[in-house]
Amino acid sequence: MAPVLRIDAVTKRFGAVVAVDDVSIDIGANECVALLGASGCGKTTLLRIMAGLEQPDSGRVFIGDDDVTAAPPYARPVNMMFQSYALFPHMTVHENVAFGLKQDGIKGAELTVRADEALKAVELGDLGARKPHQLSGGQRQRVALARCIAKRPRVLLLDEPMAALDKHLRERTQLELLALRKRLGISFVVVTHDQGEAMAMADRVAVMENGRILQLAPPRDLYERPANIQVARFFGDINVWNGVARSDGAVEIAHLGITVAVDGKHVPGESVAVALRPERIAVAPVGGPGLRGRIEDLVYLGSGTTYFVRTPLGGVVRVLAPNTGTPFAHGESVTLTWPAAALMVLAP
Amino acid sequence: MKPARSVLIAGLIFLYLPLLVVLIYSFNASRLVTVWTGFSTTWYGELFADRQILAAAGNSLIVAVLSASLATVIGTSAGLAFARFGSFRGRALLTGAMAAPLVLPEVIAGISLLLLFVALEQTFDWMPGRGLTTLVIAHASFTMSYVAVIVQARLSGTDRDLEEAAADLGAKPFTVFRAITLPMLRPALVSGWLLAFILSLDDLVISSFVAGPQSTTLPMVVFSSIRLGVSPKINALATILIVITLAALAAAAWIGLSRQKRRALQP
Ligand SMILES: Nc1ncnc2c1ncn2[C@@H]1O[C@H](COP(=O)(O)OP(=O)(O)OP(=O)(O)O)[C@@H](O)[C@H]1O
Ligand SMILES: [Mg+2]
Repeated sequence: MAPVLRIDAVTKRFGAVVAVDDVSIDIGANECVALLGASGCGKTTLLRIMAGLEQPDSGRVFIGDDDVTAAPPYARPVNMMFQSYALFPHMTVHENVAFGLKQDGIKGAELTVRADEALKAVELGDLGARKPHQLSGGQRQRVALARCIAKRPRVLLLDEPMAALDKHLRERTQLELLALRKRLGISFVVVTHDQGEAMAMADRVAVMENGRILQLAPPRDLYERPANIQVARFFGDINVWNGVARSDGAVEIAHLGITVAVDGKHVPGESVAVALRPERIAVAPVGGPGLRGRIEDLVYLGSGTTYFVRTPLGGVVRVLAPNTGTPFAHGESVTLTWPAAALMVLAP
Repeated sequence: MKPARSVLIAGLIFLYLPLLVVLIYSFNASRLVTVWTGFSTTWYGELFADRQILAAAGNSLIVAVLSASLATVIGTSAGLAFARFGSFRGRALLTGAMAAPLVLPEVIAGISLLLLFVALEQTFDWMPGRGLTTLVIAHASFTMSYVAVIVQARLSGTDRDLEEAAADLGAKPFTVFRAITLPMLRPALVSGWLLAFILSLDDLVISSFVAGPQSTTLPMVVFSSIRLGVSPKINALATILIVITLAALAAAAWIGLSRQKRRALQP
């Protein structure tokens, strides 16, 4: 299917800072893409380029088949929900929502109906007469959302939509947004620096760093097949070891004194990084084959326990085990095993 | 009493005692300004019977209203340019030009405006003998700086999001200005206009340079009549002016304050 929104090799500089660096991304119909990254990595800037609030220095922006690179924000069928919500303080909730509709030339009864409809969609049907300052944070967020969806944009751009909400409200809102997206059939681009939120909401996640997209993939792929160490580290704590490829294709991890069989071809002698998620490692009492070690430290987490296991050659392996069997104690000797498929070979 | 408080009270007395004296003596029955003989409102009656003073008061009001309006339009444009256009060619020059009237000695401003108007008269025969128009222009030329400062302070930063949100929702630049920027600016415009109005109303120095013979303003009448000996009428006039000024300043402050309170409720 043709993308609804296409960003093609876009770069944006602010003086010496390269806020967005040669980014290309396609947003499909009814797709939700999350932009994920640390503070200052260029998420907001990329979103503003999509909305037309910022002009890229190079590259092009397409909506459908139209090149909108030079189009002003008011001429683009996309709407953005601001991090600050940007509700108009001198207008009532209803007027806020109707504002965008009026700009489309909608008048009279239809205007009222469409604004009411949008307010109902966010369950604010009876607060239309209030001013923004008479609302709670969560209600303001909904007004901002209603104001955007009332226009039925092709793409909805959300800049940290949940940042001002508490954890409980945030989870509920995530679900509501997803339901809304299904119902309205519009595409979402969501900016967030919470990887849990990105995973929960998005069909695909773009992990950004220093203005570049490190990887753009579905959440499962990002987690299980990260393109590089930075991406792997973004999604939870992870064991990363440096290894050297051998002539038979296996990788030798000197640090742990083991050799592991891995997928893919590597030039003998090439150094590679091998990553292993803590929850893919099984801990067992000593005996049987596996990597021997001694429990040096442990952190009880409720549903599971994190063990830090020191191997004979001095390396430390992080293990996350469910709290089902008998727990292991400090100083206990254990054997670690993992399925070969759990090993990820990454560009160092 | 704490020393800080006594200093404050001394300061307030220093500032307001003269005004209080004028106010009290405006109700004095005696013709002699310095001798209190009893309460009376005769001087107010005489004041309102004085043709010359009434004409001057009319001039002052017309000039104040027109120049404040002109200053508000120009000052707002300048304030908007400073707050919104980022860096543009000649920004530093414009900044300096807008700030100059705030620090320029009034005598200098008066002379330069007079020379300008004389030159205009000689070259284009424009406003021969000068009049209310020259007064309005002269007053607006310095009061607009105050308006620009007020508008710029109000606009700096925070409300940018609102304008961008409006544009994102489909509003063209002019609609954004009319529906978002202008309402946001309203308190600044009102207090800017009031300040310009007051500054114009009590300007003496610049007015003396650029006023024509038919366009004497109230401060000019007061000043010239004082030189012929103080009439208690002037006390009455001064009292009325004080009340108008204080009311306008209070209104400006109140508008600014209530706006701040409303904003304090916003995140
Ligand atoms: N108008 C601007 N002028 C100058 N530099 C800017 C401007 N806007 C953004 N930047 C810079 O561009 C970089 C990216 O900023 P951006 O706002 O896109 O980050 P972000 O990923 O949204 O961060 P956050 O998570 O903190 O919101 C930052 O280094 C920032 O300082
Ligand atoms: Mg941001």
